[in-house]
Amino acid sequence: MEKSRRDFLKIGGISALGLTALPAFKVLAGKKQPVYKLSDKALKGKRWAMVVDMKKCWEKQEKGVCKDCFVACHSIHNVPQIDNPKREIKWIWTEPYENAFPNLEYEYTAEVLKDKPFIVLCNHCSKPPCVRVCPTQATFQRKDGIVMMDFHRCIGCRYCMAACPYGSRSFNWGDPRPYIKKENMAFPTRTKGVVEKCNFCAERLAVGLKPACVEACKAKALVFGDLGDPNSEVSKLLKSNYTIRRKNDLGTHPNIYYII
Amino acid sequence: MKIYDGRKIIPGILIAAVIFSFPFWLNFGKAAVPPKPKLPKEVKNCVEPTPFMRTSHMELLNKWRNLVVRENFRIFAAPDGKDYAMSLQNGCLKCHASKAEFCDQCHKYLDVKPYCWDCHLAPKENK
Repeated sequence: MEKSRRDFLKIGGISALGLTALPAFKVLAGKKQPVYKLSDKALKGKRWAMVVDMKKCWEKQEKGVCKDCFVACHSIHNVPQIDNPKREIKWIWTEPYENAFPNLEYEYTAEVLKDKPFIVLCNHCSKPPCVRVCPTQATFQRKDGIVMMDFHRCIGCRYCMAACPYGSRSFNWGDPRPYIKKENMAFPTRTKGVVEKCNFCAERLAVGLKPACVEACKAKALVFGDLGDPNSEVSKLLKSNYTIRRKNDLGTHPNIYYII
Repeated sequence: MKIYDGRKIIPGILIAAVIFSFPFWLNFGKAAVPPKPKLPKEVKNCVEPTPFMRTSHMELLNKWRNLVVRENFRIFAAPDGKDYAMSLQNGCLKCHASKAEFCDQCHKYLDVKPYCWDCHLAPKENK
């Protein structure tokens, strides 16, 4: 049987079209596929940020030592309490003004700031150096700005710790479990050989709750919100107050702001 | 044929053979106890059909952990219309409430040691 080239190409074309029929049919037939989703209650934002009003915090501190935010965070996230400063694990803690803002400190630093404790945590930088250096992409930046850790992927190389200019990251030199007083069964612990840090309570945002530290602060010194929304509380606070960021000149664009 | 030091070598080989096959003779005729994972009573089906879960639960868990941590999808809407929390501690373990009676059954039998529990907290059980 003689076939012209024209006929051959025609048949070939139609056959190729036929190959697409099954996938197209599968899609159009609309067999119900499983769907992965996020709760409707989840808080959604474009760029999460926190404003810390240190005046409110210090006012509270004058009445007595308040550690509500640390306790809330560390108990919810199973952060071990290790007293040895070389091995300690911390997600949120205090640093004296001179250490938190070394580039703003000078001989005549105002008395109101000198040696004052500042609440510090991961800055969830918009340009996070830890994310750039992580060789396994265990640390990554979410679309809403949260600098998140995938502990499953962390190989414990500690590049991120060297890269972070804020000391926001801690390394588990040993099994943290013996140092956890009361385990929160709803959250995992970490294991020996991984780095950990504040996750801006990603697991709480997903169910519509604000970060644990914000919720625990009775002085309302910690305000959490979305900078992508000009009407959010954080956006308004930033517009109406003079705020500072830690090591602003390094260009990491931290998202934790301080009112002093 | 003469074997030099045959008096030492032949008993030596025999002793070695006995020692080597000792585990075999010790368990001879005894069937290994098959694993009996205890399934939850109240719930009839898991997030996927049982045969799939039996063979591929580890792949599902790996996929889910990426979806949860990296993509921030935290709920699995199953084709049957039910919503499941994509979480080991707050999902799986809510039905499979005992690690010893469920997970460990097959894992011990097959001698696999998943490292889930290095970080994820297993339910506290009375041992």
